[in-house]
Amino acid sequence: MTTDVASPPSRQRTRRRGGGLLPAPGWGYLMIAPALVGLVALYVWPFLTTFGKSFMDVPAFGPGTFTGVDNYTDLLGDDRFWQALRNSALYTAILLLGVPLAIVLAALIEQVGRGRALYRVLFFLPVVTLPVAVSMVWRFIYNGDFGLLNYVLSLVGVPGQYWVADATFTIYAVGVVGIWMSLGINLIILGAGLQAIPQDLYEASSLDGAGRVRQFFRITLPLLSPSVFLVTVLTVISALQMFDLIFVMLRSVNNTALADSKTIVYLFYEKAFVEFDQGYGAAIAIVLLMVIMAATILQFRLQRRWVFYD
Amino acid sequence: MRHGKRWIAAAAVLATLAATGCSGSGGGDGKVTLSYATWSDDQKPAMEAIAEAFEDKHPNIDVQVQVLPWPEYWSTLQVGAAGRTAPDAFWMLADQFPAYAKGKQLLDITDAVKAAGVDLAAYPKAVLDLYDVDGKLYGLPKDFDTNGIWFNKALFDKAGVPYPNENWTWDDARAAARKLTNPAAGVWGIAAPIDRQGGYYNSIYQAGGKVIGDDGKATIDSPEAIAGLQFWTQMHADGLSPTLKQLSDTEAVQMFMDQKVAMYFSGSFWAQRLYGDQALRPHVGVAPLPKAKQRATMISGILNAGYAGTKHPKELAEFLIFASGKEAAVIQAKSGAVLPAYRDTQQGWLDAMPEFNLKVFVDAVAYSVPLPIAGDAAKWTGLETQYLGPAWEGKQSPADAARAYNTAINEVLAQ
Repeated sequence: MTTDVASPPSRQRTRRRGGGLLPAPGWGYLMIAPALVGLVALYVWPFLTTFGKSFMDVPAFGPGTFTGVDNYTDLLGDDRFWQALRNSALYTAILLLGVPLAIVLAALIEQVGRGRALYRVLFFLPVVTLPVAVSMVWRFIYNGDFGLLNYVLSLVGVPGQYWVADATFTIYAVGVVGIWMSLGINLIILGAGLQAIPQDLYEASSLDGAGRVRQFFRITLPLLSPSVFLVTVLTVISALQMFDLIFVMLRSVNNTALADSKTIVYLFYEKAFVEFDQGYGAAIAIVLLMVIMAATILQFRLQRRWVFYD
Repeated sequence: MRHGKRWIAAAAVLATLAATGCSGSGGGDGKVTLSYATWSDDQKPAMEAIAEAFEDKHPNIDVQVQVLPWPEYWSTLQVGAAGRTAPDAFWMLADQFPAYAKGKQLLDITDAVKAAGVDLAAYPKAVLDLYDVDGKLYGLPKDFDTNGIWFNKALFDKAGVPYPNENWTWDDARAAARKLTNPAAGVWGIAAPIDRQGGYYNSIYQAGGKVIGDDGKATIDSPEAIAGLQFWTQMHADGLSPTLKQLSDTEAVQMFMDQKVAMYFSGSFWAQRLYGDQALRPHVGVAPLPKAKQRATMISGILNAGYAGTKHPKELAEFLIFASGKEAAVIQAKSGAVLPAYRDTQQGWLDAMPEFNLKVFVDAVAYSVPLPIAGDAAKWTGLETQYLGPAWEGKQSPADAARAYNTAINEVLAQ
């Protein structure tokens, strides 16, 4: 026993000395270097350039000129920016409605004995499908004249709509697709959370006479709350970054609803890559970053009130 | 999971960068590799045939054709140019051209063209004018397109309406659209989308108006231009076209292919797709656009342009000249993809689809007007739906919409 405890450190020490090329911390840095280089090249550097550009007037090509906070003051006075922000907020709110749905579905899937994996795969498929392909299919479903949705509605006597060409419906229509696409990943996280809940709690509570519903609210929900919190935070972040669904489902020169349905990242794309106004686009990106940061910090503050860590 | 995704993305980006780096530099055996970016899958075979024909003559040069998806084409090109990784040769459009020319991103081939003895008169002057900056050449026209009436003979026959002909006026078109419209059968006389090139620009010039005046300012609010817009808005007001919402969900060309609309005013570039539809082919007819005060059609065309930051400017210039030359034009014509720009090579295109009366599009060059371009065209054309949409939907008069749009265009031009 004594020799066992003593020998590993000494062996380690000799190995380290034998390697001898770098001092101990050096190896550590060398090991994380590939990740660090990637992080700096792909995240830190682009962020810094974007931050810099947001204070400049940058033409399509060539260097920009420093213009101070002009981009930001323009942005705050731009109705289209505020509308895009409202649209993104509405879309995020809709996607948050998908969280309770995911909780219920995850709990139901847990109840399934055989074939549980099949359900998981089915719900996960949209996550690993190309968003563009998904959007194309939903475009067909939402088509005002030949769409599946309007056909189904007509069977029950509900008049059809131009779901992605009428600004009254666009964000909701896109929101439904967003929920459907994010459901799979949420179910995985929540499913893992459910499995971590000790079974004996259920057994004990049923001995005390608690029913299924009561168990769900008194045991499942509180113990699942850390997973729910994680899902909520991730949902808000990805919802605020939504771009592809609008890009594929709504973009048509004949779509008058597009102007009223742009999300913040769509506006960014349009400014930076269609109108070649990179400085303004950069300012939008920075503001979006601050919005996401504020939303996330707020959620971490609020979690104390409802997230239960044992 | 998120990190996993990011690493995959990072690896993909690195792989892409590495690939671009290789294709730009060429191997160590003295062989030069040029990349040639396009956005059309339809035209890929023709472009590859042109690349091969060029390689036969220049064994030391390897041309690689890349097809980028249209929605990403311009952002990819712009990011590539800014990051010095743009393809060597690429297709350029007139409304994007000024930004690239002004930004010094395009290879000046004026001297190479002169040295090669290229006869510029072989290209439609209107297309050359689209790409004229200070008398310098930043490429040569690859193809051109004009507009006409694509119409469905079967629907005309059913409604007992005589086919459109070269003497048609706006009134004839309107009267025909009225007779052809049959709500019970789900058939409309005409598709009236918000379409610059195939639609309202043509009618504005037919009415004697202009989009951009001689002083470089917008004139889309002139009485003539408003009349040109009204030609389209009236079609909607009279219920002769699918609504804008319908055209947003289902493209006009698709409506035409589904035989839901009898007339579609648009470009020669649809020929191959319409011809490829076996069931539709026998019903398709072509006629010149109707005239008002005068005849007019937009003409536009793709430019074969090169990247100023290329590693092989000499070889690239040679390729651009070849890709827009007579031999390449003949290859394009035979494929049926597009109307080649080079003089007297269009017959091959007409012969490729003999059932269609495509000569209409070639004859239209005589009364064609270059697509109006001014300033940051991509920026102000991006506003058209916002300003003209209400007029198309009957929520605003064409005159009010035109005035508002005119002001918006001039604001962009003044920047």
